[in-house]
Amino acid sequence: MSAAAAPERPVLDMRGITKSFPGVTALSEVDLTVRPGEIHAVCGENGAGKSTLMKVLSGVHPHGSYEGEILFEGEPVTFRDIRASERAGIVIIHQELALVPFLSIAENIFLGNERTSGRYRVDWNATLRSAGELLERVGLREKPQTPVADIGVGKQQLVEIAKALSKEVKLLILDEPTAALNDEDSAQLLGLIMELRDQGVACIVISHKLGEIRRVADTVTVLRDGRSVETLTVRHSAEAEPELSEERIIKAMVGRDLEHRFPERTTYEGAHETALEVNGWTVRHPVDHQRKVVDDVSLTVRRGEIVGIAGLMGAGRTELAMSLFGRSYGRYEAGTARVNGREAPLKTVPDAISAGLAYVTEDRKQYGLNLIDTINRNVSLASLSGMTRRGVVDEHHERSVAEKYRTSMNIKAPSVEEQVVRLSGGNQQKVVLSKWIHADPDVLILDEPTRGIDVGAKFEIYTVIDQLAAQGKAVLFISSELPELLGMCDRIYTMAESRLTGEVARADATQEVLMRQMTMTRS
Amino acid sequence: MTTSTSPTPPAPQDSPGSPGQGGPLPEAARSAWALLVSGMRANMRQYGMLIALLSIVVLFQIWTDGTLLLPNNVSNLIQQNGYILILAMGMMIVIIAGHIDLSVGSLVAFVGAMSAVMMVKHDMPWVLALVCALLIGAVAGAWQGFFIAYVGIPSFIVTLAGMLLFRGLTQIVLEGQSLSPFPSGFQDLAKGFIPEMGPYTQYHNPTLVIGLVALVILLVREYRDRKRQLSFSLDVLPTGLWVTKCVAITAAVAAFTLTLASFHGVPIVMLVMCVLLIGLGYVMRNAVFGRHVYALGGNKAAAKLSGVKDKRVTFLVFVNMGVLAALAGCVYAARLNAGTPQAGLNFELEAIAASFIGGASMSGGVGTVMGAVIGGLVLGVLNNGMSLVGIGTDYQQVIKGLVLLAAVGFDVWNKRKAGR
Repeated sequence: MSAAAAPERPVLDMRGITKSFPGVTALSEVDLTVRPGEIHAVCGENGAGKSTLMKVLSGVHPHGSYEGEILFEGEPVTFRDIRASERAGIVIIHQELALVPFLSIAENIFLGNERTSGRYRVDWNATLRSAGELLERVGLREKPQTPVADIGVGKQQLVEIAKALSKEVKLLILDEPTAALNDEDSAQLLGLIMELRDQGVACIVISHKLGEIRRVADTVTVLRDGRSVETLTVRHSAEAEPELSEERIIKAMVGRDLEHRFPERTTYEGAHETALEVNGWTVRHPVDHQRKVVDDVSLTVRRGEIVGIAGLMGAGRTELAMSLFGRSYGRYEAGTARVNGREAPLKTVPDAISAGLAYVTEDRKQYGLNLIDTINRNVSLASLSGMTRRGVVDEHHERSVAEKYRTSMNIKAPSVEEQVVRLSGGNQQKVVLSKWIHADPDVLILDEPTRGIDVGAKFEIYTVIDQLAAQGKAVLFISSELPELLGMCDRIYTMAESRLTGEVARADATQEVLMRQMTMTRS
Repeated sequence: MTTSTSPTPPAPQDSPGSPGQGGPLPEAARSAWALLVSGMRANMRQYGMLIALLSIVVLFQIWTDGTLLLPNNVSNLIQQNGYILILAMGMMIVIIAGHIDLSVGSLVAFVGAMSAVMMVKHDMPWVLALVCALLIGAVAGAWQGFFIAYVGIPSFIVTLAGMLLFRGLTQIVLEGQSLSPFPSGFQDLAKGFIPEMGPYTQYHNPTLVIGLVALVILLVREYRDRKRQLSFSLDVLPTGLWVTKCVAITAAVAAFTLTLASFHGVPIVMLVMCVLLIGLGYVMRNAVFGRHVYALGGNKAAAKLSGVKDKRVTFLVFVNMGVLAALAGCVYAARLNAGTPQAGLNFELEAIAASFIGGASMSGGVGTVMGAVIGGLVLGVLNNGMSLVGIGTDYQQVIKGLVLLAAVGFDVWNKRKAGR
């Protein structure tokens, strides 16, 4: 820790924070100290515990559900909910904005905190006047009466900040504030954050973008696997140039030893023909057509090969996968895909399935499973036509298929008639995998297949993936966990800001190399 | 209760701390009870409603001094509720798919009016008119299905529009007047019975035969299911309980058959309903189409990503609803022996209530066609029973409202308890 820090009392001092969820320890002994008037960046890989830490701080996880203590302005605090932390002056702005689209800017700023005359009557004059002042302070030139839906995402961020300022904020927390913004809006937002610092508002910024951290932050705390590994000084005074290199931050983020957490890879004996070949794939955002979410991506996967796609959140990996899988995301713009050497249309999901693709979604509860239905019905859903006689499902066949996977995948359930909602995350994931393995695809796209799963189940899933490759399937493996990609893949592509930024063979891949390419920004 | 003789089923996973011979009989009895309870809980809503239906029947049977289950009243009960049950079956499928249909009451009126015009004004043969009426229903369903599935307007809005539209068209077609009478063949759809055949036996012969055939089919199915479950080494009811169940089925079928057979026999509308119940039940349970409906209602995004053609399935669900509403419209018109502008008022609400009482869920993905029939019968028996004991329609509505609230409330409570 920087010894040069002023002797003044820290605004925030979190000490030894430990937070566990059933089966997982999300945070263990995390320390975080924020000095007055500084911008403190918190960074780490996906799942390192950044968001959990902020939820502890803001009272989303109430006092008593975690261990350790929080001192705010020198006083120990015990927030029961988010309102309590806001009353103390801690305001968090989430990645997904919490604005009501059809209310005006002014109404949004004072939502839940209305300017009133008397007890119940909204004082519109005061509301509009205060809103106008706040908008001026954040540098947003819009009328307070404008509906929030009519302004862009960048401006909406500024409204969020105005809302925070209306609550007399002392510590502002921004979770990935620029993730959805273009360069210009980002620059404006970062400028505003620095202005607020100069006015004495301390800020915690959670960000993946190392360039951004170097540009604005004074201090950075790196979390890894739920622990605070290091706190580094970026610059010694607000005007000084940054002294910390991006490499140094990357080293802190990934510095973890690889244990034997992966099965030995089995080699595929057959011919390594190209199974999937994508050329110039470009997709635009479903609503904001200005934005390309996948930009000119070309890649190949051969039979028997496991190919990784590394990238930080929002890099466009899931968007690429879903768009390939029957244009299930965004607006397709350009690009061709060949499966097994043949041009594949992939216009609808049935197209993609019959071409030989399968997509195991990153969000199994939202997109992967019918939770209220049984294991056998979930397993059969993608391949029902193979289990029918004249449109009628052969339930014997269906059941024996499900039984087969229950045994071979080691799905822990009393019977295949069990509702999927009752299974643990790992077992649910095995059900999704079973569904797609039974569809017998040539190319499997696995999107974060081990997210939210305990270590034992992870190993089982890695083994399944290895077996699939050994049988000659082509596997495209999307993951945010670099060790997992390094442990399983033959080749790894990296994505950043909707583009492919590199391709690394297994022999040359290290976490540092990948992280470098994953944080490569366009300018 | 006897001990289970079958060695095959795996020991239930409970009682890990009793590997010894703690006494075989209580052990087996306890596991049988646990099995029964767990099976009941899994289908709580349906078993619950079946029990509720039986209780209501017993209650009114006592209250009406036995009038409720007199042969002529049972026939009457079936004919009175036939059209609502037909609607409820279609509505259940719509709700399983995650939608709602508010237009069926108006569609009933419209189809009734059209069939009146065809038969009364243009002297069309009734069979042809019936076919045309069903086609009209299919087109109406396709019209609404198109806007819901392909244009993406919420079903609530589309069918609310349909409710106004078809009611208006009914009045236009009928010019505000009632049209009657229908040919007797058409009237039989609602009022007729299967014709008597064979020697005089004091009972209605074909009904006895039908009852016997139904009983044999039910028992064979029970037996086959059990054998299959055993071969998959699933948990099954112990032999003693299973035999009890079979005896209960036999008794119920026999009692029902004899009741009907001692009046005019099986009403034609009941035959129609049974065909629909078996057919739609089979489709929803065993056909790919049915699976896709459940999958769509349970998780639309996941279903789409599994290759379910969501638009086509939704469209067909509404076409099916249209045809069933048309059939109900014909039955209702035949019962009234007239096409009237005010026919089918609030039928959509009855059908929706029947579906929810019978186990549907607001969010879709849950329910069975059988459940809709049970829910419809609960309402029907309540109606009939309360009328018999002389409770006014004002109080009847209050009570039916409370029953709906209680049924769904119980389900919500039960789920919350299970979720803990």
